[in-house]
Amino acid sequence: MSLHAMAPDGHDAHTAHVPVFTGARRAELDELLTRYPTKMAALLPALWMLQEDRGWVSPEGMAEVAAVLDLTPAYVKGVVSFYTMYHQHPVGRHFVQVCTTTPCNVCGAEDVVHAFLRETKCGELGVTSPDGRFTVIEVECLGACGFATPVMINDALVECVSVDSVKDLVAGLD
Amino acid sequence: MGYPHPAHPRETPVISRYFGDAEARTLAGWQKRGGYEVLRQALATDPVDVQNVVKDSGLRGRGGAGFPTGVKWSFMKPDGKTHYLTINGDESEPGTFKDREIMRWTPHQLVEGAAIAAHAIYAETAYIYIRGEYTEPIHRVREAVKEAYAAGILGANAMGSGKRVDVHVHKGAGAYICGEETALMNSLEGRRGNPRIKPPFPAVAGLFAQPTTINNVETVSAAQHVLRHGADWYKSLSSPANPKSTGTKLFSVCGNVAKPGNYEVGMGFPMKEFLWDLCGGPPAGRRFKAIIPGGSSVPILTPEECEGAVMDYEGIQAAGSLLGSGGVICFDDSQDMVRQIARLARFYAHESCAQCSQCREGTAWTTRILERIRDGQGTMQDLDTLLEIADNMSGKTICVLSDSCATPVVSGLKKFRHEFEAKIPKNRSSVMIPGFSPAAA
Ligand SMILES: Cc1cc2nc3c(=O)[nH]c(=O)nc-3n(C[C@H](O)[C@H](O)[C@H](O)COP(=O)(O)O)c2cc1C
Ligand code: SF4
Ligand code: FES
Repeated sequence: MSLHAMAPDGHDAHTAHVPVFTGARRAELDELLTRYPTKMAALLPALWMLQEDRGWVSPEGMAEVAAVLDLTPAYVKGVVSFYTMYHQHPVGRHFVQVCTTTPCNVCGAEDVVHAFLRETKCGELGVTSPDGRFTVIEVECLGACGFATPVMINDALVECVSVDSVKDLVAGLD
Repeated sequence: MGYPHPAHPRETPVISRYFGDAEARTLAGWQKRGGYEVLRQALATDPVDVQNVVKDSGLRGRGGAGFPTGVKWSFMKPDGKTHYLTINGDESEPGTFKDREIMRWTPHQLVEGAAIAAHAIYAETAYIYIRGEYTEPIHRVREAVKEAYAAGILGANAMGSGKRVDVHVHKGAGAYICGEETALMNSLEGRRGNPRIKPPFPAVAGLFAQPTTINNVETVSAAQHVLRHGADWYKSLSSPANPKSTGTKLFSVCGNVAKPGNYEVGMGFPMKEFLWDLCGGPPAGRRFKAIIPGGSSVPILTPEECEGAVMDYEGIQAAGSLLGSGGVICFDDSQDMVRQIARLARFYAHESCAQCSQCREGTAWTTRILERIRDGQGTMQDLDTLLEIADNMSGKTICVLSDSCATPVVSGLKKFRHEFEAKIPKNRSSVMIPGFSPAAA
């Protein structure tokens, strides 16, 4: 039931979607629904579950979320695209977000970004490295401005990253 | 205690007292420190009496606008409707990182404050909305909530009071605008985080269309200390010179400064001593060039303007800016203000929810012009255009994000105009469009 089944070169762009909301996840969602007076309120949490389990929010995943919460896929997509933390495309194994908003930038955050692009061999922002290990992006304020430069690597926040520490940091990731 | 610097003798740690103390994170540790006793008392007290103590204390909202908290609570009447409390832990204002530390180190302080505030506004349910990037704070607060339920502090019969108090943690997904109270409600309801037109105000029709109070994390954390020690005690923590700003405030300090971090001081603390004695002044060998005292959306001050300023709502306003969320951003004399202000405009352009054209277009246009000037491609005319756009962005939109972009641009242009002019090539009167030749057109 893929929404865009084949990429132009005939290669299947998406592996078949395995439903997320079965078993324990379904129970988790059902418990969650008791906390809110509407089903719709569980949308952000449901999308988080989807992303945690599948690594990204695929069109098929959105369709599943829409079905379990009685929403339309178009509505779900509209919400997903509003928020920056839902991945609408697969990303590298290590998703690196470097804050470059002004308070960090005055402490040299842009140089830290360049160091990451170099060390991960990504070369460009938002482009996954050829080995599939890294995707590096710039983000707006991570709420850790006093610990410039903060970098989020997947779920972990690393504080006070400097150009000099990037090499070791990248080397420590598989 | 090494958080992240030892406490300075001139700090007044009330909310931040247990920062860096891992034991205070646990329920047992929090109770050992007197935790949840105030909640027990509050649950046995009439909500109006709770509201009145907070009113008397002069506590004002710490999320940015500084609205009196007790007054806000008193808008909620026992009208038989379902009420909601929403705690704003979205904290995305550049320069501000205080709520994060409250949640990381003292999650029970927040849960207790939330439960007290819920009782005070006749609500049974509180949602704590925390920005998605705050993975550790979310984890800590969730653990605290779980512990509190297991101990019967929360739930159908909270602390044996016969009252129901539910607290739930809701994780955001990356959008600065969700810190705006009505956008936050939309986001919690499973919608795009678009601010709503007011009225109706949340106290009339907020979350799920029910009467709702929204409070910042620091506000409800402070309120419990007010209830524990009384309104007079709270007022005694701040400078007697200004009875309109009472108690303590957590200030986050970042940018070009020797000791960035969070500092809690009594309202009315002299800014100069704050910046030099507590925060260590500018980095070695440098001078301060500019200070944004209240998070990135307030006017930029020069060091001279900070000289005699005191840190409270009225004091910072008298100096020409706003206390806002208490995020102090420092710039030293190595900074290119055009570049940094352009970067700030880019933040607002990125974060605009895009429902008002003045904001959607204005933030984007402002960013493009500023980046053009930064890159040496600007004209003198651009400076006027920036002011014109800013004028069109202020006070004309659904929420104040649009104004927040205009503010640093206008104050930056006013105070550092020479830096902007220095980047504009002489005799450049119109914009060059690469690859476009007027002759060929
Ligand atoms: C664009 C925008 C962003 C905001 N971001 C936050 C925020 O991150 N945290 C916060 O507590 N308040 C934020 N506010 C203020 C809230 O709308 C609201 O005034 C506040 O949460 C009320 O709580 P208080 O009375 O305890 O301060 C923001 C306001 C605007 C206009
Ligand atoms: S001012 Fe900007 S952020 Fe606020 S509602 Fe309008 S478009 Fe959205
Ligand atoms: S500006 Fe970088 S974390 Fe806030």
